[in-house]
Amino acid sequence: MILVWLIALPLLVGILAWIAERRGVGLSRWVALAGLFVEFAIVLRLWADHPIRMLTPGRATWLVELKLAWIPQLGISFHLALDGLSLLLVALAVFLAIAGVLCSWTEIQERVGFFHFILLATVTGIIGIFLAVDLILFFVFWEAMLVPMYIMIATWGHEHRRYAALKFFLFTQAGGLLMLAAILGLYFVHGRATGTYTFDYGQLMAASIPAGTAMWLMLGFFAAFAVKLPAAPFHTWLPDAHTEAPTAGSVILAGLLLKTGGYGLIRFLFPLFPGAASAFAPIAMTLAVIGIFYGAILAFAQTDLKRLVAYSSISHMGFVLLGVFVWNELALQGAVVQMLCHGISTGALFIIVGQLQERIRTRQLPRMRGFWETAPRMGAMALIFALASLGLPGLGNFVGEFLVLFGTYTASPGMAIAAAIGIVLATVYSLWMIYRVFFGPRKDAVKFDDLDPRESILLVVMGAVILWVGLFPQRALDTAGPTLRALERHVAGSTARMAGKPDTTETSLSRWMGIVLPSGRDRDR
Amino acid sequence: MFELLWLIPALPLAGFLVIALMGGALARRAVAVIGVGSVGAAAIVSVGVAAQFISAPPPGDSLTQVLWAWLEVGLLRPHVALCLDALSVTMILVVTVVGFLILLYSAEFMGDDESYAWFFAYMDLFVASMLILALADNLFFLYLGWEGVGLCSYLLIGFWYKERENARAAMKAFIVTRVGDVGLAVALLLIFTSLGTLQIQEVMRRAAQEWAVGSNTATLAAALLLCGAVGKSAQAPLQTWLPDAMAGPTPVSALIHAATMVTAGVYLIARTNGLFSLAPAVQSVVAIIGVATLLLGGLSALVQRDIKRVLAYSTMSQIGYMFLALGVGAWSAAIFHFATHAFFKSLLFLGAGAVLLATDEQRDMFKLGGLRAEMPYTFWTFVAGAASLAALPLVTGGFYSKDMMLWNAWTSPKGSPWLWLGGALGALITALYAFRMVFLTFFGERKSVVSRRPGPIMRIPMGILAVLSIFAGFLETPGWLGGMDYLSPFLGTALPGLPHAKSQPAMELFLQALTSLLCVSGVLVAYLLFVAHPEVPDRIAAIKAGGWLQGFWFSGWGFDRVYEFIVVKPFVRIALANRGDVVDTLFTGLARANEALHSSLSRTQTGKLRDYALGVVAGAVLAIGIMVLL
Repeated sequence: MILVWLIALPLLVGILAWIAERRGVGLSRWVALAGLFVEFAIVLRLWADHPIRMLTPGRATWLVELKLAWIPQLGISFHLALDGLSLLLVALAVFLAIAGVLCSWTEIQERVGFFHFILLATVTGIIGIFLAVDLILFFVFWEAMLVPMYIMIATWGHEHRRYAALKFFLFTQAGGLLMLAAILGLYFVHGRATGTYTFDYGQLMAASIPAGTAMWLMLGFFAAFAVKLPAAPFHTWLPDAHTEAPTAGSVILAGLLLKTGGYGLIRFLFPLFPGAASAFAPIAMTLAVIGIFYGAILAFAQTDLKRLVAYSSISHMGFVLLGVFVWNELALQGAVVQMLCHGISTGALFIIVGQLQERIRTRQLPRMRGFWETAPRMGAMALIFALASLGLPGLGNFVGEFLVLFGTYTASPGMAIAAAIGIVLATVYSLWMIYRVFFGPRKDAVKFDDLDPRESILLVVMGAVILWVGLFPQRALDTAGPTLRALERHVAGSTARMAGKPDTTETSLSRWMGIVLPSGRDRDR
Repeated sequence: MFELLWLIPALPLAGFLVIALMGGALARRAVAVIGVGSVGAAAIVSVGVAAQFISAPPPGDSLTQVLWAWLEVGLLRPHVALCLDALSVTMILVVTVVGFLILLYSAEFMGDDESYAWFFAYMDLFVASMLILALADNLFFLYLGWEGVGLCSYLLIGFWYKERENARAAMKAFIVTRVGDVGLAVALLLIFTSLGTLQIQEVMRRAAQEWAVGSNTATLAAALLLCGAVGKSAQAPLQTWLPDAMAGPTPVSALIHAATMVTAGVYLIARTNGLFSLAPAVQSVVAIIGVATLLLGGLSALVQRDIKRVLAYSTMSQIGYMFLALGVGAWSAAIFHFATHAFFKSLLFLGAGAVLLATDEQRDMFKLGGLRAEMPYTFWTFVAGAASLAALPLVTGGFYSKDMMLWNAWTSPKGSPWLWLGGALGALITALYAFRMVFLTFFGERKSVVSRRPGPIMRIPMGILAVLSIFAGFLETPGWLGGMDYLSPFLGTALPGLPHAKSQPAMELFLQALTSLLCVSGVLVAYLLFVAHPEVPDRIAAIKAGGWLQGFWFSGWGFDRVYEFIVVKPFVRIALANRGDVVDTLFTGLARANEALHSSLSRTQTGKLRDYALGVVAGAVLAIGIMVLL
């Protein structure tokens, strides 16, 4: 039942916060904050209670599982489960939700109660995504998080909020529909072959699907996840949505919504369609590397600070896409760490942009200069997160990116080298950003207050987490490790089974790209 | 004493943390005590550790201290661990001692700066990063120090961020060195993937077993490491950041050039000498880069007006010598020169800093002059440094280390007379520009007012460094001069020596006499050109070729302009051209097409019965037509 609580609590708190508005907006904020702290305590308790490292390696074991019949006639069940991977992401979700509430403390002044309800409803949907292991349930949560997110952008957003919200909705909806079609396809293919019609993840994982069909179904899932991640060229909703959303919206978007894409790839796409995914890997990896470069170059060119950070997200998520499609332990661990750290560091950068906008009423770089003198604390925090974003060792993003690179190099040195060059571009736009905003002589007319205690504490805690992951990543690695190893073994087993019948697409593609695809051979290294 | 090893990087790091977290609340004196004291304490611990290492070396002449397991994924198990051997002992001694002296000097030098606390915080972090780099037992941890050094140089070069130029120079330094760092990062990937470890000693051992001499993998690995080293050590073709790095406060330059940062590349190559031995081709490239850079830097230094830029190009050139030595396999000679260079170069920077402080930041040497009488202490220490830089025979430290490198460049199996010739020519140029600097600044007529003379806190480090610059050479002297050798046998436990060359005392003496002659004549020519006949340089510059050459050298051989043209401009142009994200037009185009379709279709909805009737008829005709035809 604890899993139901994990999902329901934010929603209940959201409703409470909405009601509490009548007693004063301040109360609404405090209710939301307190509720989220309770939720966070539950997550930490779960983490502490389950010594993940002790599990037998190689077996996907749910730490907590809940399965209730929902529509048994159709094989749909209310099936939730938690393992190390979902635990990490749920923890991230709650952490960033707290950050979202705190960073909106002064920014959001209209319909405060409703805002918190919407914020927490989004978080509810996201936590649901990380816990659902029934495909229909997963899809329900997938759609459920869209609506509040849409409302948030359209209601509390900036100048072009309607355009951005609609664009966001259409993109994700299109991806979601393709995924729904693929879910149904998988359901029928599996049902026809085995006689059991089910949407259950565990059972579908064992399905053996003809290669051609599998490729189409896999692409359906890929569409949804690639839009969310986002992978180039499906990224264009992101800069608009991020830029127009209120700060909390950007934090949730960058920190969590994108992660549902990465999570989906790891949890569903590869395990359900091992062969097709491996065959598709060269293309996905190419898209990933293109995304790393494309996002970075565009980030550099932006004059809107928030857009700059948004494009940098595309670049960073390229590492996640790369890591997932390389599909070995190093790269997967890297992708997970990168997801966690990108969520925090980019979220923090968005918070800083929001703080700047609150103070000087603009996001335009040409109207900023020399703010270090005015707000050294803000400058120092921005610098720390910019350094995280350029992959400075000692900070968590470095661990993520380098694990991805180490993993990628074994599969494809060329891709790894290209991605490594991308890090130079990250240096360019990150330092450029700091230079434009904080260095140089101060703009005369502009004067504002440095960070207040609320803002400082929030950013310092976020920075501390990044530093902690950078220096002591083992805790996180151990948490996700068993799941990742189990999934990897599952995929390796499936591809080995199918190795009997040669798949033409796979060999020709991989030969063309010069890529060694994940196979059973060097699994155990 | 060995168990205190971790304190050596931890003390400056703690200094950084304390100042950074409570800098605002601390008094200036407290900041100085913590900032300088933490590095001083690290120096004391280093001396203690070194003393024990020399008197009672650990088994196998190396010692590892594991602090914690950084991460463990599959075979990738880099530890946060320190490794002590003769090479790292030498490094930490130089880094902490020179670093301490520079910081002590800064306590007075930076006295009026508003960001006093940040300065010491960054400097402490700088020293800590360099110590991590020098002590790291695996390449992953080394990379942490490596990037940390880069970060601190960025922070300190841009320390006076209110000037755009400074902030730009800082950015340039970080980005250019990061270009090289990609090489190092890929080297890590390659080494780990093919050898399964990043622990340095283990890498050397396995590489020697698994890779043949001259094999592709070994060559590639060495070449990639060289990329990283070239970027950090400001060697051609990634040297362009160094002259601009003069934007930072002068003690920062001293630290970057003497103890940290630029020597990191030399250290990296010496540390991974096993890989370079397996890749003779790359090792030759190291020597060639060294010679090219030492000439390039030297000639550029010859025509600069800014005293700090002379020193910057001089560093480039001197590191070029170290690369030359590394390239011919004279590992110990390179480290020997690293040490003497650290002493005299930091001394020169501190002297230049004293001059700048006295003359209100007058960096143009042609507007200085005649300071000899006004600032005798600074003058004499500066001359000691310049003499050592010029390698004046017998009495300076620079002479012995440069001599050792040149002699090895001649005799080593990987050396050649051509490499020697490049180095010898460089020695002439070095003497020339070193004393050009001395004569222009301290001789001739006085052109600027001296407002302030260095106080005791600045003078003590300058004095100590002057003594070290002169006497450090006696660690290692040629056979006919007592044949003292304290350093090479000591370093020999960590670095392979050269195959014993046939003793050629006559040849050695002849070459020494020749280079000594070159050095002395360099000083004499400098005297003639800049004191006795100061009009001659102008006359040379007035000739067309002379003027062109002067401009070419002055701009650092035009590298900046070339990079601007082939890298920066195209990148910016592409980025700006695509600012609106061309991919998005695809999707907005889709939306537009839909809208157009919608509006054209909605136009059919006229509300007139006859239009609809026409539509029905047309549809019926079409349907019947299709049925008939098919």
